[in-house]
Amino acid sequence: MKRRMFVKQLALSAAVAAIGLGSTALYAQAKTIKVGVLHSLSGTMAISETVLKDVTLMAIEEINAKGGVLGMKLEPVVVDPASNWPLFAEKARQLLTQDKVAVTFGCWTSVSRKSVLPVFEELNGLLFYPVQYEGEELSKNVFYTGAAPNQQAIPAVEYLMSKEGGAAKRWVLLGTDYVYPRTTNKILRAFLKSKGVADKDIDEKYTPFGHSDYQTIVADVKKFAAGGKTAVVSTINGDSNVPFYKELGNQGLKATDVPVVAFSVGEEELRGVDTKPLVGHLAAWNYFMSQKNPTNDAWKKQWAAYAKKMKLAGADKPLTNDPMEAAWIGIHMWKQAVEKAKTTDVDKVIAAMAGQTFKAPSGITSKMDEKNHHLHKAVYIGEVQANGQFNVVWQTKGPVKAEPWSPFIAGNDKKKGEPDGKTIITK
Amino acid sequence: MRILLTISLWLFASGAFALDAATVNKLGFGDGDEKIAAIAALVAEGDPAAAALLQAATDGELQTAGKLVLIVKGEEAVNAATGAKVTPLPEEREDVILNNRVRRELGGAMAALKLISPDRATRLAAAKELTGNADQAMLPLIKKALASETDAGVKQLLELTQATLELKTGTKESRIAAVRTLGLSTNPNTKMLLLGILEKSKEGGYAEPDEDIRIEAQKSLKALEGRLAWGERAGVLFTSVSLGSILLLAALGLAITYGLMGVINMAHGELIMVGAYTTYVVQNLFKRTDFFDWYLLAAVPASFIAAAAVGMALERLVIRWLYGRPLETLLATWGISLMLIQTVRTIFGAQNVQVENPAFMSGGMELLTGVVMPWSRIVIICFAGAVLVGMWLLLTKTRLGLFVRAVTQNRPMASCVGVPTARVDTWAFGLGSGIAGLAGCALSQIGNVGPDLGQSYIVDSFMVVVLGGVGQLAGTVYAALGLGFANKLLEAWQGAVLAKIAVLVFIIFFIQKRPQGMFALRGRALDA
Repeated sequence: MKRRMFVKQLALSAAVAAIGLGSTALYAQAKTIKVGVLHSLSGTMAISETVLKDVTLMAIEEINAKGGVLGMKLEPVVVDPASNWPLFAEKARQLLTQDKVAVTFGCWTSVSRKSVLPVFEELNGLLFYPVQYEGEELSKNVFYTGAAPNQQAIPAVEYLMSKEGGAAKRWVLLGTDYVYPRTTNKILRAFLKSKGVADKDIDEKYTPFGHSDYQTIVADVKKFAAGGKTAVVSTINGDSNVPFYKELGNQGLKATDVPVVAFSVGEEELRGVDTKPLVGHLAAWNYFMSQKNPTNDAWKKQWAAYAKKMKLAGADKPLTNDPMEAAWIGIHMWKQAVEKAKTTDVDKVIAAMAGQTFKAPSGITSKMDEKNHHLHKAVYIGEVQANGQFNVVWQTKGPVKAEPWSPFIAGNDKKKGEPDGKTIITK
Repeated sequence: MRILLTISLWLFASGAFALDAATVNKLGFGDGDEKIAAIAALVAEGDPAAAALLQAATDGELQTAGKLVLIVKGEEAVNAATGAKVTPLPEEREDVILNNRVRRELGGAMAALKLISPDRATRLAAAKELTGNADQAMLPLIKKALASETDAGVKQLLELTQATLELKTGTKESRIAAVRTLGLSTNPNTKMLLLGILEKSKEGGYAEPDEDIRIEAQKSLKALEGRLAWGERAGVLFTSVSLGSILLLAALGLAITYGLMGVINMAHGELIMVGAYTTYVVQNLFKRTDFFDWYLLAAVPASFIAAAAVGMALERLVIRWLYGRPLETLLATWGISLMLIQTVRTIFGAQNVQVENPAFMSGGMELLTGVVMPWSRIVIICFAGAVLVGMWLLLTKTRLGLFVRAVTQNRPMASCVGVPTARVDTWAFGLGSGIAGLAGCALSQIGNVGPDLGQSYIVDSFMVVVLGGVGQLAGTVYAALGLGFANKLLEAWQGAVLAKIAVLVFIIFFIQKRPQGMFALRGRALDA
């Protein structure tokens, strides 16, 4: 009894301490618009999410320097949900009820998004989600600026199936064990089947979050690949990617034999990994840092200067990546929508978001779909180079409209491609 | 120097003269198919200039400027077709992009050209490269190389490649011979070829009409499968030992602090983390010097000392006041672990830091085709063994070890005969912590280094010590290796997620049945 009491008290005090540490000082100022930033700054997802916080802050700084929105400065409220999914919901509630933010930019993993979704719907908040995801969701309170499966996963697999991509016949679908990889792989399995790939030629594998021993997995991939031309589709998320790619390199699994295409690995995740043994492995995104166009050049320069000024970790080698671009587009489109609506009222901003356009660093003019809350995006496939950058080897002809409800999942044909007031989430 | 460079460039330039401009343009500007055709054409030309051009393409030195294809080395550029020097370097240049498919062809082409190299190692590497991706057009080249080859190892590989290529063409005798040669292979890809022969077509007949060849293929396949199965077993054995060695390293320190001294040290994982971060700091110090590859030599003692210092401070300041009160020790050390995590987060940031492997720890040793043992893992296995032996010697052969054992077995009696028990406690705790630091140093080479590093190993460490039997070093070793095997076998069978759960369930049941662990101390020592 006594022990239990003690443990309880301890847990309580720890929770209180965590909240105390997480919340930032609120300097109440008149005439500001509060903007929530909800990204993991510690834990397994910090490798990917920290830069999203930074790029959002950079955008806020830029917008403020140009006079703010509706004559008011933006005031960021940064919280750290620490790669802890239930904590995401708590922090979201805190942002909406205590800090009363007008909009929140945040989340990376789908499980964190699923965790905050009920909060945003209950309190009628507004969330901009900047990462590619599995689809199967459409909430009126969320704008998805990352790719839906048909804007990333399916084109990547189509490329690997093509002669130019190596004409793969067998597939290893490898992922971290949670909703995004599971759903993406379900879609991909259905898609591969529609292309005549048999079940025995598809191997689906999952590892826990933070998994670090990829010996068996890589050996299994090798064995599987002995049965015919194989490609690996990786939806491994977070810092597990580092041991995975190290193991790939050490075991000498070359991209010319078994290419690995990743949906969650960009320039940032490869920072510090020795990429020489990884040359030729692929990633599918809607933006690569190596893309050459004036918008991208200016953006990269701005980021490099900002990273240097703020003394960010890795400022000596500033990198940009796809989710950063999506976050960048998101906050600018929100600003445009607020200016169009002349208010930060959530419902009016949502209405004003439809059809917004913004010149994206990827070189296209990105457009928010009139109805489905997703961006139209061009798809690029890049190969890893020795310097850790990606070489674009294939791209779609133009922007692709998102299909949040993949036609490769049964029952989706009946769903409407727009939110109708309440969310439709399939389990 | 400059003159030398100019001369070599001039030599190079004159050598590169007279390549077919159309072919070179295809390589520079064509799509995938045209590039591959160009590569094939260049190999067929077989002259040194073509080889130099292909080498430049492999090294990523090929660029285009306007309608020119250039080989750019540093600040110097030559026209790839004519070999003439291009000055000044054009401003607007684009890399010639080679995708995987083209790079594969290029690799094969380069290997074919290298088969006539006078250097044995080069030839061997080339022959190895070719076993995977030779193509029909290379057959004459391979035959030519075989005729002049003297080295047995290279010859065997080449024969294998030749057999692969001749499997579909040639006379019945040569095909049977080819099938027989394939039976000697250790390459998993060969299995596909043999299976292809034995495959039944949809109409019920065999893909291969000749029965003799089918019988031979069956025999070869059996031999090959047997060999591959052994390779696979060796692979599982290695990965199990590797995982076991990591568990052992993580748990060894705890075997002293918890096993021998009875301190439930929840901050053990954080001591591992301290070791890992010390390695990171040492690595950064070495980055500016020329001895980067040897930073581990300094990092090993540094991480031991850093973690031992933290551990001893911990013992002096907190734990010694709590001996005999396990529950309070548990809570206090857990609190300390949180403080340590937060401290590291404040100093180094919440993000993972990058610890680079020294060059000699990248790559691996190929046991059989397809079974690679990475050097980093081999080094860690040896390191774990060395730490184990060192610890055993320290505990059994030195005065300190004697004291530690005396104090843990019977504290009042040891104190009576003049052992300074309090000081021995501090030293022993420091030793256990230092070993945790060593584990951190090793783990930084294969995993991520972040503030949460320790949390992922604390459960595993306790699992190993409890399973092995508290107070038993040998038990810790057996438990670590046993868990390594169980985990890897289950993972191969049921996947990583289920393996983890299954191992945990197994340990719960095991401890229910045998609370004292695999090995238990017998005698009166326990009753005291």
